[in-house]
Amino acid sequence: MAHVPAELLYTKSHEWVQFTGETTARVGITDFAQNSLGDIVFVNLPAEGDGVTAGEAACDVESVKAVADIVSPVTGTVTAANNDLESAPEKLNESPYEAWIFEVSDISDREELLDAAAYEAFCATEEA
Amino acid sequence: MERKTPLYDLHVELGGRIVPFAGYLLPVQYPKGVIHEHMAVREGVGLFDVSHMGEVLFEGAGALKALNHLMANDMTGMVDGQVRYSPMLNEEGGIVDDLVVCRFDDAHYMAVVNAANREKDVNWMRAHLLGDAVMTDVSDAWAQLALQGPKSKELLLGFLPEEALPKKYYHFVPEVEVANVKCMLSRTGYTGEWGYELYCRPEDAETLFRALLKAGAEPCGLGARDTLRLEAAMPLYGHEMTDDISPLEAGLGWAVKPEHEFVGRAAMLERGTPRARVGLKVTGRGIVREGQDVYIGAEKIGATTSGTHLPYLGGAYAMALVDSKHTQVGTTVEVDVRGRRVGAEIVPLPFYKRAK
Repeated sequence: MAHVPAELLYTKSHEWVQFTGETTARVGITDFAQNSLGDIVFVNLPAEGDGVTAGEAACDVESVKAVADIVSPVTGTVTAANNDLESAPEKLNESPYEAWIFEVSDISDREELLDAAAYEAFCATEEA
Repeated sequence: MERKTPLYDLHVELGGRIVPFAGYLLPVQYPKGVIHEHMAVREGVGLFDVSHMGEVLFEGAGALKALNHLMANDMTGMVDGQVRYSPMLNEEGGIVDDLVVCRFDDAHYMAVVNAANREKDVNWMRAHLLGDAVMTDVSDAWAQLALQGPKSKELLLGFLPEEALPKKYYHFVPEVEVANVKCMLSRTGYTGEWGYELYCRPEDAETLFRALLKAGAEPCGLGARDTLRLEAAMPLYGHEMTDDISPLEAGLGWAVKPEHEFVGRAAMLERGTPRARVGLKVTGRGIVREGQDVYIGAEKIGATTSGTHLPYLGGAYAMALVDSKHTQVGTTVEVDVRGRRVGAEIVPLPFYKRAK
């Protein structure tokens, strides 16, 4: 069973989002996502200043097996990207909830987000 | 509806992630993941279920003649217990499949073909079967396990004396007993490492697989099978080889003997080598995958046929089929990765070669 921290919010495309302020959030991928992808070997980070739109791809990660889009849960402007992932993409496998991917500010919109319980239930249906 | 190999339940028990592949349900990886499995084969010993592969017997006094008519390689002069690789061509000089032929004796050969092509191959072979050879698809009578890696020999020596093992690469012993299971033992593989393939009855496969695991082999899935063969630059049907790619373009000239007559020979020679298979080392940021266009400046010179991150070499590599004017090692190219140009350099093949 994938790990789902109670304090975060989630998308049905398996990103997590942590609101760090009223209009600021950090985004990463969930334990379920990293487990499905397998060994992650490259993260194509967004650039600072990029605009991202809720429900649309903001960047991508590549595992040995496949490439996966990271869908932004929110609309806003990228204010930081986790550059550590460039040299150590495997951190997304090892600690998916610490290895945030990008930070968005000036958030003006968001996807419908799930709380931990709802996301856990959703993952159970995906696994079945 | 996909079929299960005799090891399906064991793959599930071991936590294998099951995917459909070539009409079979097979594990793409086990819980430790592709990189771990890949490294186990490069540095230790790994075990694969390759029971999906097809086996076709050619028997009778005309067996050799029939095989030579079908195969771009020449099976003449093989000794009993020898294995020989060959592409099989269509009338246009493209590749129907690539396979290995095992010689039991002068009237008894077995071709081992790709699972995805089994039906196509059997139909093709039947339609082009010469003379009085008898051809039988015996795929369902065999399970096949691949035991690969520098420690594979040592592992087998726990079951067999040295003299029971095949003496050379691409040779086999028709019957040995491993863990009380009768099997055919071949020194062949698809990983670029020292290794063996074991053919046994389907009902014995689980006993054999469990015994080899218990002796220390790491279970490996299709994911590692693909990264290992790519690192060793072994072509894969549907990627580096297709109905429209000749074996000379695919870099398989070493396995083509145009001195003998075979289906597709004239067309193959006539079409020549307008394209060639090359290796690419990705120098830019990103992972190159199959089916991505390769450029020099504005000129498209070809497309990639396989590509990913290669665990042992620790970088992104790809193979590509390009215009044969642009195959010089050291040539700088760019690959269109979903709309983004990623730099790469043509490097020699294979990417990885095991130390002798």
